[in-house]
Parts: sequence; structure tokens; C-alpha cells
Amino acid sequence: MKDKRVAAAISGVPWWLVLIVGLGVIALATALADESYRVIFGAVARGFGVTMTVAVVSYAASLVLGLGLGLARSSGFRPLREVSTFYIELVRGLPMLVILYYIAFVGAPALAGILNGLLAPLISAGVFKAFSSRSFDFATRAVLALTLGYGAFIAEIFRAGIESVDRGQVEAAYALGLSHSQTMVRVVLPQAIRNVLPALANEFVAIIKDSALVSVLGVQDITQIGKVYAASTFKFFETYNVVAFFYLCLTISLSMLVRALERRLKRESSQ
Amino acid sequence: MSAFIRIRDAVKTFSTRGRGGALGLDTVLALDGVTLDVERGEVVLIIGPSGSGKSTLLRSVNRLESLDSGEIWIGDDSVTARRADLRRIREDAGMVFQSFNLFAHMTILDNVSLAPRLVRKVPAAQAREAAVAILERVGLLDKLDRYPRQLSGGQQQRAAIARALAMNPKALLFDEPTSALDPEMIKEVLDVMTGLAEDGMTMMVVSHEMGFARAAADRVVFMDRGRIVEQGKPEELFSDPKEERTRDFIRHIL
Repeated sequence: MKDKRVAAAISGVPWWLVLIVGLGVIALATALADESYRVIFGAVARGFGVTMTVAVVSYAASLVLGLGLGLARSSGFRPLREVSTFYIELVRGLPMLVILYYIAFVGAPALAGILNGLLAPLISAGVFKAFSSRSFDFATRAVLALTLGYGAFIAEIFRAGIESVDRGQVEAAYALGLSHSQTMVRVVLPQAIRNVLPALANEFVAIIKDSALVSVLGVQDITQIGKVYAASTFKFFETYNVVAFFYLCLTISLSMLVRALERRLKRESSQ
Repeated sequence: MSAFIRIRDAVKTFSTRGRGGALGLDTVLALDGVTLDVERGEVVLIIGPSGSGKSTLLRSVNRLESLDSGEIWIGDDSVTARRADLRRIREDAGMVFQSFNLFAHMTILDNVSLAPRLVRKVPAAQAREAAVAILERVGLLDKLDRYPRQLSGGQQQRAAIARALAMNPKALLFDEPTSALDPEMIKEVLDVMTGLAEDGMTMMVVSHEMGFARAAADRVVFMDRGRIVEQGKPEELFSDPKEERTRDFIRHIL
């Protein structure tokens, strides 16, 4: 009886997590004890804010873009559907790195040109200075690229969410006289978003990892600082250990929050 | 004085998404020229085998389905006009569904008070008060703050009826309201419906509940293959059907 309970307790332990936390503690202890690790920690930590800013801003913007695209994709109005599908398929077919290069070196000059064209009267009146591609620093371009890329992924999540809502809910709303937009906002979206909340949260973890790509533009995030530090000190092993440590702290803790969220939603809906 | 709900030569085809569906070859004629009048305060029961078009007919009255041709009127409002005022039509004719379709993310109280607030712009406090009164009428006063999934099927369907009633409809459309219910819950829903019939509500009911037919229906309409085959008072139609097809069908459900 007691043995069984002990066995159940042991088999219930998430050993992968114990291992990771253990390694994390060892890594941290070593780092604090070792002078060179301490220096690397301090250096790489300076990129933490940039990584988080890039991830959070891109994520927030891509949620907005994704919601718009997702609504357009499941709209009854065909041109909207076609345009959003075109965009989503195009972007999803490109590697994120290529999107990043494309926005940074093709998109930014094009955007400057468009803005100059649109705001020409104001610029000639001296209200603004004329835009050039330098008006957008690389961090801005990186955020724009991640937003455009993740907007397409998140749009598909929203679409799946909207489609997961039972057709009967929409019919009931229509039968009560609700308009299409009232039905969407008050009946469909609250249920759709709830259904895809874990998937949306997972995209945040993914965007944190993909934010490392901005280092190719020289943006001073964790990866870029690590890369530069390692190249100048030749401490590749220690530096990339620290870089990996930072990312893992973020991603694993967030993944666990997502799981907790999933469990809570499941419990609520089975009550 | 013309009837309250008037259906004239209603025709509706569905194209099924089978082979040839894209070419419009696989089509099903759901309504094949249906003409029907429902008087104010009348309770009309529509029966017929599955695929006979009875649900399609009902869903055409509040324009959840659009007819291919024919006309439907509710009072002075055309349902089938190209620029029909859908909001007004749906305020006039409430609907109760087979699978309840209560809004899953809202409490019962919010389910009932949502449409009055959004569509009729009733102030929240007033809508709430009215919703409580209606829920009391269907015997759900103790379930106001529950979510649909926490209720039994019979309770959910009574809440769905309350939700439709909250819009003060002039007519109610019931699409197989008891088909998804366990036998012991059917009575509580039929009791609510019979009460509404006695209060003079105009009702179109797609159902095979003989008990309800006898207790509350003024007329029974038998449909088959998109057409009305026969109609009459419940006792006459059930005991002495004129048409062979009606006789066959009634033998099967009795």
C-alpha cells in the first residue's frame, strides 16, 4: 500500500525538469564562483533587455496583425479572404531569416520611399525631414520583420480558433438579431481566443527564440553580445553556455506557465 | 385579414459537396414549392421523415436559409426581399434549436440578457431584471449564474427558450427542440412549450412529439420530399390520414 504510493509519487516526478533545474543551479553556482563566468554573465545580461523588448514588441504587434489577418481569412467577403490568404501563404513559405534580411534591406528603403511620397507636402513644408532607410534603425527593422512573419503564423492560429467555435453558436446569435460584427466580438472571438490561448502563448516562446535572429543585423541582443564577446575573448565554451542558459531560463519557465494554463482551461471546461 | 406568417411557393436547393458539386450537378431539392399560412396565435406542428425539408422551411422563416424563389412574410415584413430588415425579422421570430446552442462562455443570465442589450439597446439593469423574470417563468431561477455546461439538457433547452422569449418575439420557431434530450427531460421542455401555446404564442414546431401535438397543436403539417403532403387537425391527421405516405409515416412514429 505504502510502496505503491511511493512508486506513484516517483513515477509522477517530471524527471526532465529535475535534471534541467539541477543543471541550472549547478551552472549558476559555478558562474558565481568563477570570475570569468561572472564577467560573461554581466556582459551577456546587457542584451537581456534588448532580447525581451524585441520579443515583447514584435509579439504584441503580431497579435494585432494576426487577429486582423485571421478575421479576414475567415471573413465572408471573398476579396478579404483572398488577400489575407495570399499574404499568409507567402510569408509562411519564407525562412524567418530571409524575411529579416528582406525587410531590413529591401523593405526599409521601400517604406522610406512610400512615406516620402505620402507625406511629400508636409516634408516640403518642413514639418518632417525626408525619410531615408536610415530613419529606421536595425532594431526597428528587426521588430517589423518578426511582426510580419509571426503575424502570418498567429493569423492561422486565430483562424483555427474561429473555426473551432460551433456553427450553432453563430446561428443562435444571428437568430437573436445580432449583427455579424456583434456575433464575432461577443460570441465567436471570446470562445475562439480561449480555445487557442495555449497555442498563442507558445508563439511567445517561439518568438523569444527567433529573436536571436536579429543578431545578424547587429542588434545588441543576448546572442549578438555573446557572439562578439566570444570572438574577442576566445571563450566560446563559457560564453555560449551563458547564452544558452539565458534562453533556457526564459523558454522553459514560460513553457511551464503555458502547461499550467492548459491544465486550468481543461479543468474549467470540464466542470 | 391575412395570416401572420405567409409562405408562398418556397423553393430551396442545396448543392452537396460531392462529385460534380462544383458543377452544380449534385443538388438536393429541399423545398419544392411550399405554401403555408400560420395565423396569429396558432401552433403548427410540422412532421415528416428526415430530409423532407421541414427544418429548412423553419430556417427560411427567420432567414437562416435564403430561398431560391418564393416569398415569406411575417406580418408586414418581407423575409425574402433582397433588402429585408433581418434584425427586425429575427426580433419578430425567435428560434429554439435542437442542440440548444446556448453561448458556452456566458452564464445563463447573460445568455438571456445579451440580445436585448445589444439588439434592442435595453439598459443593462433593466435587461437583467427582465431576464430574471423570464428565467423564473421557465423554472431556472436557481441557475442564473451557472454556465450552460453545468446544466442538464432539459435545463439548457428551457434556458434557450427563455433566451428567445427575452426578445419579446411575436412568433417562435422550434427546430426539433426535444430530439437531443434524454426521455426524462422531454416533459419539462414540452410543459414550457405548452404553457407558451396556452398564452397565445404563435409557434411553428418541427417535432415528432405526439403528446405535444395532442396537447397544444392547432394543426399538423406532414411534409415529404420538400412538399406539404397533407395537413389538418392533430386528431384527424393522426387517426385518419388521407394520403398513403402520411399513413406510412404515422404508422412508423406512433
